Amino acid sequence: MSEQTLYFDKVVRQFAVMTIIWALVGMSVGVLIAAQLAWPALNFDLPWTTFSRLRPLHTNAVIFAFGGSALFASAYYIVQRTCHVRLFMPGLATFTFWGWQAIIVSAAISFPLGITASKEYAELEWPIDIAIAVVWVAFAIVFFGTIVKRKVEHIYVANWFLGSLIIVVAMLHIVNSMALPIAFFGGSWFKSYSLFVGAQDAMVQWWYGHNAVGFFLTAGFLGMMYYFIPKVSGRPVYSYRLSVVHFWALVFTYIWAGPHHLHYTALPDWTQSLGMVFSLILLAPSWGGMINGIMTLSGAWEKLRTDPVLRFLVVSVSFYGMSTFEGPMMAIKTVNSLSHYTDWTIGHVHAGALGWNGLVTFGAMYYLIPKLWNRELYSVKLVEVHFWVSTIGIVLYIASMWVAGIMQGLMWRAVNEDGTLTYSFVESLQAMYPFYMVRFAGGAVFVLGIVIMMYNLYKTIAGAKAAEAAIPAPAAAH
Amino acid sequence: MSDFNSDIWSWFIGIVSVAGILACLWLTWWMSAGGAKKDEDAQTMGHVWDEDLAELNNPLPAWWKNMFYITIVFGLVYLVLYPGLGSFKGMLGWTMYNQLEAEELAAKEKYGPIYAKYASQSIESLGSDEAALKIGERLYLTYCTACHGSDAGGVTGFPNLRDSDWLYGGSPDQIKTSIMNGRTGAMPAWEAPLGGEQGVHEVTQYVLSLSKRPGVDEKAAEAGQTKFMAFCAACHMPTGTGMQAVGAPNLTDNIWLYGGHPKQIAESIAKGRNGRMPAHGEFLGEEKVHLLAAYIYRLSQ
Repeated sequence: MSEQTLYFDKVVRQFAVMTIIWALVGMSVGVLIAAQLAWPALNFDLPWTTFSRLRPLHTNAVIFAFGGSALFASAYYIVQRTCHVRLFMPGLATFTFWGWQAIIVSAAISFPLGITASKEYAELEWPIDIAIAVVWVAFAIVFFGTIVKRKVEHIYVANWFLGSLIIVVAMLHIVNSMALPIAFFGGSWFKSYSLFVGAQDAMVQWWYGHNAVGFFLTAGFLGMMYYFIPKVSGRPVYSYRLSVVHFWALVFTYIWAGPHHLHYTALPDWTQSLGMVFSLILLAPSWGGMINGIMTLSGAWEKLRTDPVLRFLVVSVSFYGMSTFEGPMMAIKTVNSLSHYTDWTIGHVHAGALGWNGLVTFGAMYYLIPKLWNRELYSVKLVEVHFWVSTIGIVLYIASMWVAGIMQGLMWRAVNEDGTLTYSFVESLQAMYPFYMVRFAGGAVFVLGIVIMMYNLYKTIAGAKAAEAAIPAPAAAH
Repeated sequence: MSDFNSDIWSWFIGIVSVAGILACLWLTWWMSAGGAKKDEDAQTMGHVWDEDLAELNNPLPAWWKNMFYITIVFGLVYLVLYPGLGSFKGMLGWTMYNQLEAEELAAKEKYGPIYAKYASQSIESLGSDEAALKIGERLYLTYCTACHGSDAGGVTGFPNLRDSDWLYGGSPDQIKTSIMNGRTGAMPAWEAPLGGEQGVHEVTQYVLSLSKRPGVDEKAAEAGQTKFMAFCAACHMPTGTGMQAVGAPNLTDNIWLYGGHPKQIAESIAKGRNGRMPAHGEFLGEEKVHLLAAYIYRLSQ
């Protein structure tokens, strides 16, 4: 059989394995820094292990190492299956794997050393930023090259979302990372200053930051959802019409929503208002994905009882719906004046990261990994256990942060009869300790679930030979 | 980058914003025509990928569509009322600055009389007014604890406010002035004038001897005394008891703002120190500072 009749799945297998490993690493660092907030002695009084240096390591490892590997694996798998062709330029795809892993390792070294560009979710310094741009452009070439040589006329909906992820993230990353290295003036090779200044710098940063959520963690993962839910449930996507409206409305509207991170700051009023208005309009386009995900199961609801993999996928979409309701609500100025700067934001982000990105990825990997090695899952029972363990972890995490955040917001704004603040900042901090402990417990339980998954998937592929899947002929057009 | 001053940009933003929102509406209307009718099973769109992936031709759910319309209408109304479309100010004339001013004004009206009542009383007499002290304590916990500590005990570089040792004087008026206008303490670096490390060592030993610290190197202290009289006495006085007019600390009481370890004292002498208490008068207003001063004054009594 010639190579061209086979899918190129080696790179998918590589990224899939690293997805699981980075999940454990990134989230374990998260548990450590959660513990540091409850027990500050765990900073160990060492510069390399302080909260401020490990926090970007946690966020970058979870978003870009875990989430990124999951997106690469799914994008390469999905684009081949839905185009009925072998991946375009497999060598370049392999380069994206090694390049991406090298970038992650350099992040894991540079953050503890204190090397940072000081932009949230874009902390990596300029040499690494250039590497990211190179790997990302290679990703674009492989992905869109595969689309171009597809054997079916229509482009499947999952590819719209994955394509928007690739294009928009390239734009966001390159614009936000534009900086002047001080090396040009005889300084260090690992320090640069942003080309933007003041309020404009803040605006560009949150245009990037919010759309890292919008396109990396939302559009990309919706691409995964649009492939894996119909596949695992064996049902057609609920509504093509809905997918058209919610795709275009989502990609258009998301780009405007960044200023809601900067309410009541030096940002001009008009920018804040537009950010808030577009955040509200974003609610329905976001929910379109949830409806299409959940309603795809209509007629196959009973599968939820028997198939824990499908349950992971469907519950993830429910968490997606919950966080995309919460987001627009928190973008309203009045609500934001209570929630901003509190742990409510942390709770909101983790409802999305653990509940949506985490669970949808676990579901996808439980489907994908057995397929890639041509094996049955080692234990469906353990998937079931993992599902409940994760759910308990998420509930502990987000419930504690909601209570903590709203409590902080209320304590900060409480005033006495004489107009003085009722609580000093330290008092509001003291009130957080019990919640920080519950949050730590929730995170630890979630990581325990990952260990269970790791064991299950290891047993699934141990000793197995990689599957060589043949490309089926496209179905005849009606 | 800061030069987006042309009106064109304002129009650009306004037009793109409104056109984008209208495009969302148009897209929804366009996709609403057709699709499966109520009570009939939707057909697929006729495309199949990867053997079994297909899409149904279900219509947009009505409740979802209505929700979308409601947010769009809300958004458009909001943009008419509030600033959002470029330089268009919005019909309500709202800005975050005038919101702040209105809130400040309301607070002043509500709480102003409380503070006005105390402003006419002396700081000494407020020292025995529990209600006034309570307000002072709350102000202290909000504005002062970050540097001076929750217990006002101070930390290295930030003075203890509970003892009777005052850099700039502990009278009610002096305390109030410190809070109102802030203080800048500047001790110059003396390493070079003192002739390097040896000179610093000698003066350090002399300074230690001033507060009768044990284990002083008498010979070095003797040499240090001459240097002290030449370089230090102008501010710290020949007796070493300091001068509150310039904030030069008393060196004879074994109370040390920047640490009393010989190494810390040597560093203060060699490198100098810069202490800065920010001014709070403009920020808090004199009436609040008055109560804060009463609280601090009482703490030290």
